[in-house]
Amino acid sequence: MQRLPWGLLALVAAGLLPLAGSRFYLYLGTDIAIMALFAVSLNLLLGYTGLVSFGQAAYFGIGAYTCALLMMRAAVPFVPSLLAGGLLGAAAALLFGYFCIRLTQIYFAMLTLAFAQIVWAAAFKWNSLTGGDTGLTGVPFPAFLDSPVRFYYFALVVVGLSLALLRRLVGSPFGRMLVIIRENPERAEFIGVDVRRYELAAFVIAGFFSGIAGGMFGVFNHGVFPDFSYWTKSAEVLIMTILGGMYTFFGPAVGAGILLSLNMLVTSYTEYWPLVLGLILAALLFLFPGGVLGFVEARLLRRHHQEARDA
Amino acid sequence: MLEVRGIRKVFDGFVAVDGVNVTVARGDICAIIGPNGAGKTTLFNCITGHLVPDGGEVRFKGQDIAGRPAHEICRQGIARSFQRINIFPRLTVFENVQAALISHRRRGRELFRPVVGLYQEETLALLDQVGLAGEAEAISGTLSYGYQKQLELGLALASQPDLLLLDEPTAGMSIKETRQTIALIERIARQGALTLLFTEHDMDVVFSIAQRITVMHQGRIIAEGSPDHVRNDAEVRRVYLGKAQ
Repeated sequence: MQRLPWGLLALVAAGLLPLAGSRFYLYLGTDIAIMALFAVSLNLLLGYTGLVSFGQAAYFGIGAYTCALLMMRAAVPFVPSLLAGGLLGAAAALLFGYFCIRLTQIYFAMLTLAFAQIVWAAAFKWNSLTGGDTGLTGVPFPAFLDSPVRFYYFALVVVGLSLALLRRLVGSPFGRMLVIIRENPERAEFIGVDVRRYELAAFVIAGFFSGIAGGMFGVFNHGVFPDFSYWTKSAEVLIMTILGGMYTFFGPAVGAGILLSLNMLVTSYTEYWPLVLGLILAALLFLFPGGVLGFVEARLLRRHHQEARDA
Repeated sequence: MLEVRGIRKVFDGFVAVDGVNVTVARGDICAIIGPNGAGKTTLFNCITGHLVPDGGEVRFKGQDIAGRPAHEICRQGIARSFQRINIFPRLTVFENVQAALISHRRRGRELFRPVVGLYQEETLALLDQVGLAGEAEAISGTLSYGYQKQLELGLALASQPDLLLLDEPTAGMSIKETRQTIALIERIARQGALTLLFTEHDMDVVFSIAQRITVMHQGRIIAEGSPDHVRNDAEVRRVYLGKAQ
């Protein structure tokens, strides 16, 4: 069971989604793919390094504005704009992260939140650049992606590549250093690990991929708004991550799928959807300690051990 | 190799370490003893970069390292174990020691090579050395206390230190575990060109392996010298050994 390449299977299944021929599902699928990347990038900090970033939306928003502005104001093509969005997300993460990693735990979380609110406030007030409250509307769909199916496949490819890269990263010696920092930063220091430098590196990498996710989301959404950096966005991606399982690589992606699907489902049935959604989330968090995927993995592992013992 | 001169550390007006001098030569096995609260751990923390001393200097291989960050001091060749268990609890025993090796060899900056299988042999050899070869795949947080203490030692040894500081390596151990650990420490010290500075409560342990002993009391050094010298020192007998016997 453990040996199956779940990520690849999920990608193949996702690749078949357009065959269902529903625009609704295509829209949902694109949304999930982009948010999955956002959540997994956050989890590099949360689950792997043990840093609770409560302001990851800052880099999502910066990526979105950068990509959209380059396309709209400078007529830069989509792909380089998207890359620039990621790079600016990383640059902002380097700047903010430099200060954040000097604090620990709840103080770290509060400072990440504070920086995100600054980004939000700038987006809200800087009318000439960001369009202020009304945001940037009419972000053009790039010509080569001018159909929902094409954009969906494009998102799948970008997200797939990004996840493959991140997966490789967490399985590297660098990734192992992050994990020991999560487990015991003090001890890591005493075996010669420059903890702050590694934390900052993780912060910058997470900022890059959050920026990529934001850049794609802005185009997908045909518009970029200050809300992209608002604290509720940071909370949303945090919930996805915890819901899916922060100690598994794909957990946050699963969490993104569950939260967005539930959101879509519940809003179509009742106007009291925040209440219903809240109850469902509370139930899920109780039923699946360690997140949905974390729970499933633990189950599989237990069965695996059982079989090994029986054999 | 290590020269501590006039180290002073004050916590909120309480003088924990008050002008302490300690010299450790290459190959020495030195012990620091003293009652609880004598300042032994604080002194260790000042040497290893955990605390910034309020005065004095710590010279290691000729360089003043007082106040340098812990990871830098570790890179200079000082490793330590902790009195209280300080490991990476959710990783396996193997992964704990492997991580220390990766850090020591400066491979942590490699982002795209798989970590699995890295330093397989070296890690297993180290685990064998500290008596944990059979526990490699166990989650370290679930090990018995004695094994966790041995892992502490393994983590410290992985960085191939020139100077090893052990803070109460047998604290909380059963008599049997204590004996095993002492045998282990003696063997390691004799094998490698390792210089050892340790604190310990168990006087049998101290007098059996230390070549030089420093006695601390209320933040100051009250005696220093060979085990025989210290054993017969009147002041030491009064404040410490006398009470224990």
